[in-house]
Amino acid sequence: MADLTLSRNIADPDRFYDTLMAVHDGLSKDESDALNARLILILANHIGDEEVLNKALHLAAQTGKSEDS
Amino acid sequence: MTKIFERPLYPYTRHADQDAVSPVRHKVVIIGAGPVGLAAAIDLAQRGVPVVVLDENDRVSFGSRAICFAKRTLEILDRLGCGDITTEKGVTWDQGRVFFDEREIYNFHLLPEEGHKRPAFINLQQYYFEQFLVERAQALAAEGAPLEIRGRNRVEAIGAHTDHVRLEIETPEGPYEVQAEWLIACDGANSPTRRMMGLDFVGRVFEDNFLIADVIMQADFPTERWFWFDPPFNRGQSALLHKQPDNVWRIDLQLGWDIDREAEKAPERVIPRIKQMLGEDVEFELEWVSIYTFQCRRMERFRHGRVIFAGDAAHQVSPFGARGANSGLQDVDNLCWKLARVIDGRSPDWLLDTYDFERVYGADENILNSTRSTEFITPKSEISRVFRDAVLDLAETQEFARPLVNSGRLSVPCRYDDGPLNGADAEELPTRTRPGAPLTDAPLGDGWLLDQLGPDFTLLAIDTDLPDSPLPEDMTCLQTTRADSPVLAERYAGDQSSAVYLIRPDQHVCARWAQFDAAAVEAAFLQATGQSRGGAHG
Repeated sequence: MADLTLSRNIADPDRFYDTLMAVHDGLSKDESDALNARLILILANHIGDEEVLNKALHLAAQTGKSEDS
Repeated sequence: MTKIFERPLYPYTRHADQDAVSPVRHKVVIIGAGPVGLAAAIDLAQRGVPVVVLDENDRVSFGSRAICFAKRTLEILDRLGCGDITTEKGVTWDQGRVFFDEREIYNFHLLPEEGHKRPAFINLQQYYFEQFLVERAQALAAEGAPLEIRGRNRVEAIGAHTDHVRLEIETPEGPYEVQAEWLIACDGANSPTRRMMGLDFVGRVFEDNFLIADVIMQADFPTERWFWFDPPFNRGQSALLHKQPDNVWRIDLQLGWDIDREAEKAPERVIPRIKQMLGEDVEFELEWVSIYTFQCRRMERFRHGRVIFAGDAAHQVSPFGARGANSGLQDVDNLCWKLARVIDGRSPDWLLDTYDFERVYGADENILNSTRSTEFITPKSEISRVFRDAVLDLAETQEFARPLVNSGRLSVPCRYDDGPLNGADAEELPTRTRPGAPLTDAPLGDGWLLDQLGPDFTLLAIDTDLPDSPLPEDMTCLQTTRADSPVLAERYAGDQSSAVYLIRPDQHVCARWAQFDAAAVEAAFLQATGQSRGGAHG
């Protein structure tokens, strides 16, 4: 079953977030955007399963302030 | 009616020390009658150590200031004799709401673990917290305990010597001198003691201002914690609303760095902001308004010979996560039994260095946690704001994103993993009660485990007999069984059939075993009291 994991799955969320922020330290916005793009591709490859990836892409597109211009 | 913070609670009176021909020497002098200094005075006096508290003021502090008091603090107050009155006066809440922009993105119920005497935390104005400590200190003094509080006694100069500390004190009737064998500086973030001794206080100043307001509201507003990220009434910033006793609500508004502090404090500026927050038709009255910036920093060492720093004087954190006063109380908890033992000659001086080790470790943990909260609340770069907002957007519909939302983490006491006083560990026993960990409370008999511990060391035995062999000095025994308290047995013995714990006077675990072994207990006791290491560490 190709299910997107949407329950809590990170043991130490604060530490993860801290590390995520730390890799962006000192980067320009363009450099950060590029890093994020690479990170998405790395994680996507790790996941592999097309059905899971499609669910994740769909969820990301759906959430947020989509009503804004 | 005058409010509690308007009344002198320990007014200046002339003391015989002021007329002494040569300076009188005291065992312990504490500078500062805030939460930390008062708690230290009570703890030491209860241990029979004579203590004099000097404060430049004569009353409790104005404004709510430290507002959240965590469970561990209430447990320490139980030990100090004012846990009930403090908890009863405090407000306990269990529902929180998180807002982002104009919408509520989620709400939560705290589901505290059952089987603890005290709640996860209470909200209470600092002036009440201090009042209950002053009253407890005065009650102890009335019973003959060696404790006095001298109001309007401001320390003007400090001379640290090898066997004592000299203090020059200014009073309304002029200066006088005393000597202290030990000095505990609990004189706050701007510690004059630290400055007079020329000691560094390094760390990170966050470039931000916060407006805090105490608002009295008669309206029937829910007892909940509300936190706003980027609300319409405070664009690009955050806001927090918290309930306190007496219909006083605490509001924290982040203001940013480039502001006119005096203008922001003016009622004509504050009141419209609060109306936007609470709703136009909510009636309220302002009790206190203050603006502060904050730092995350600590002293390199908390002990300097015979001068020991505790609370904000030693370390300062951002306000997110309630780690200021709560960590100061843990400093006191850690320090006082050690100082009492060193003064009595029951332990070597080296034991006090372990205060430094353990509480610096605690301060670093608090600084780490509050820095993480600050960085989430106040993103420091465009990309960190992008991630922050992405977390908030996802949190509205996705439960997995909510643990990443960080508006301040609940203060929990630190575990002294790898602490110098930790002894043997039986790893088959539960992880949460490993050596160095603060005790987890549990129901026991008609009461609670923590209330039944001795004032000094305790040997806790679960489903095992303690042989008649004599125990080390200063140790009381507490025996129980899984049948007596299944919750206690589950927390301390886990799936093992028996367990023995050696517990420190500050209710942290020293060492533990599956079965009683007199020689092992003795060895752990000598280590926990600094006696088996004193030689090695000088």
